[in-house]
Amino acid sequence: MLQISHLSKLFHPGSVDEKIALVNVNLQLKPGDFVTVIGSNGAGKSTLMNMISGTLRPDSGTIHIGGNEITNLSEHRRSRWIGRVFQDPMAGTAPHMTIEENLAMAYSRGKSRGLSIGINARRRELFQEQLGKLGIGLEERLRAKVGTLSGGERQALSLLMATFTKPQILLLDEHTAALDPARAELVTQLTQRIVSELKLTTLMVTHNMEQAIRLGNRLIMMDGGRIILDIREQDKQHLSIAGLLGEFEQISGHKLSDDRVVLGT
Amino acid sequence: MMNSLLGALESGMLYALMALGVYITFRILDFPDLTVDGSFTTGGAIAAVMITSGAPAWVSTLCAFAGGLLAGTLTGLIHTKGRINGLLSGILMMIALYSINMRIMGKPNVALIGEKTIFSSVSPLLLMPFVVLAIKLLLDLFFRTELGMALRATGDNQRMIRSFGANTDYTIILGLSLSNGLVALSGALIAQQSQFADISSGIGMIVIGLASVIIGEAIFGARNVFFATLAVVLGSIVYRLVVALALRIEWLEQTDLKLITAVIVIVALVLPTMRRSWKQKAVARRRSLEIGSEAERNSVGGGL
Ligand SMILES: Nc1ncnc2c1ncn2[C@@H]1O[C@H](COP(=O)(O)OP(=O)(O)OP(=O)(O)O)[C@@H](O)[C@H]1O
Ligand SMILES: [Mg+2]
Repeated sequence: MLQISHLSKLFHPGSVDEKIALVNVNLQLKPGDFVTVIGSNGAGKSTLMNMISGTLRPDSGTIHIGGNEITNLSEHRRSRWIGRVFQDPMAGTAPHMTIEENLAMAYSRGKSRGLSIGINARRRELFQEQLGKLGIGLEERLRAKVGTLSGGERQALSLLMATFTKPQILLLDEHTAALDPARAELVTQLTQRIVSELKLTTLMVTHNMEQAIRLGNRLIMMDGGRIILDIREQDKQHLSIAGLLGEFEQISGHKLSDDRVVLGT
Repeated sequence: MMNSLLGALESGMLYALMALGVYITFRILDFPDLTVDGSFTTGGAIAAVMITSGAPAWVSTLCAFAGGLLAGTLTGLIHTKGRINGLLSGILMMIALYSINMRIMGKPNVALIGEKTIFSSVSPLLLMPFVVLAIKLLLDLFFRTELGMALRATGDNQRMIRSFGANTDYTIILGLSLSNGLVALSGALIAQQSQFADISSGIGMIVIGLASVIIGEAIFGARNVFFATLAVVLGSIVYRLVVALALRIEWLEQTDLKLITAVIVIVALVLPTMRRSWKQKAVARRRSLEIGSEAERNSVGGGL
């Protein structure tokens, strides 16, 4: 489904601020894979996400989604295949537009946008039904401006918008990190449910070790722009937080340094 | 007195189209577009020159609109493809248009006295309410279409709408184009009403447009696009009324107008930010008190 080959990226190459963000990264995801991604600060996790979504271009290497090469496709072109939820709850929605307008825009993903009216009775019904599934009462507030929602409500809405049209790849970059523990847990549960219902191929960055182990069928660990550990299916089920941290130290030669790391709940 | 009120109403409606254009860039696209000062004159210039050379008034007016569309498109291309800062793109286009407008007119002033204009057979006071209303409603409708929503989202959260597949370069160009089309249309109508086109007629137009938008929003509110465009139209009329009243004051000169307009805009821009920070302070004070007492009870809130 997703195929990344020999992907590399340097920031400010050749200058004193040269930063290695990704070095020769290879990654292949099968349809329906739900991969959690962990790693220290600056490991290159977000850079990898940005490269897939097209906000950044690689220095070398290629990216394919379902057989289509997207390495140099502009962000808006490739977005028909990619759903994305950002860390910042502000980033995934248009705050001055209503919930239903935001949903309508998400609904038009991958279609050309013309002069047909964005919201009609049939669509509104669909939106209401989908919002109802979130179970947080947003279906009653179709015409509320998104800017009036709480961070948790916005992330839940962003998640729905990102997955609405069943993208081939879902990218989640610490999408619960800005929320308090209770709301984060709720959004995590929604994520789990939506991903398994729609069988979405998902890449999820998290700083919560417990979550990284519990969710998904595969776990990758990044450090210094490389994937240093890739744990699948059965092996993943037997992981413990202590074991994972130990493994990290052994391979990378240093402790997992992360200002936001959460060991468990 | 009555005459000057009617006059204010009339020019308020004529300039309302320009104000709607400014609303599209400043408020919807969040793009401070200064092309307006040039494209307003372009509209007047195209209409005046075509009418004096015998073209039908309505054809000339439509061509003026098209000229504005083109000017806005160019500003959009400079900004999106040339990656030049938005403010600078508008200024560059405005300066370029000065020369272009001069080329179109051939001289600094083209008179339309005795020519057959749109307003030869029907007074602006009768015609403009329909024109302004029709354009306002068409705009409202447009902003509810998929394309229109993408344009609004471009001004609201560009990153988000790009992640849903909209080409934001295109929506920016479209918005700038539409905006300057309306501005040029307004310029063409003003030229026909005042029976001349002048090379300097657009100077300060952007500030007048902004004043109309801000006054309208302040008085009539802007909960959604429908009310916002209505507020802009009414704001333009109110602005003209204020100007008409100001001009009745003995010691004020006609040339003081631009200063007054600038002051109106500054006050209207500063007030809401100040009010917001006062409000925020009050909320912060209340919340910290609440949190203090919550901590005492040692209770934890939950849910979303
Ligand atoms: N736009 C940029 N310009 C310069 N350097 C950058 C930029 N974005 C990232 N970097 C650098 O690239 C490296 C990888 O950053 P990245 O954001 O991918 O890390 P991350 O794994 O997401 O870290 P975190 O856990 O802190 O989010 C870091 O050294 C970072 O400083
Ligand atoms: Mg990151």
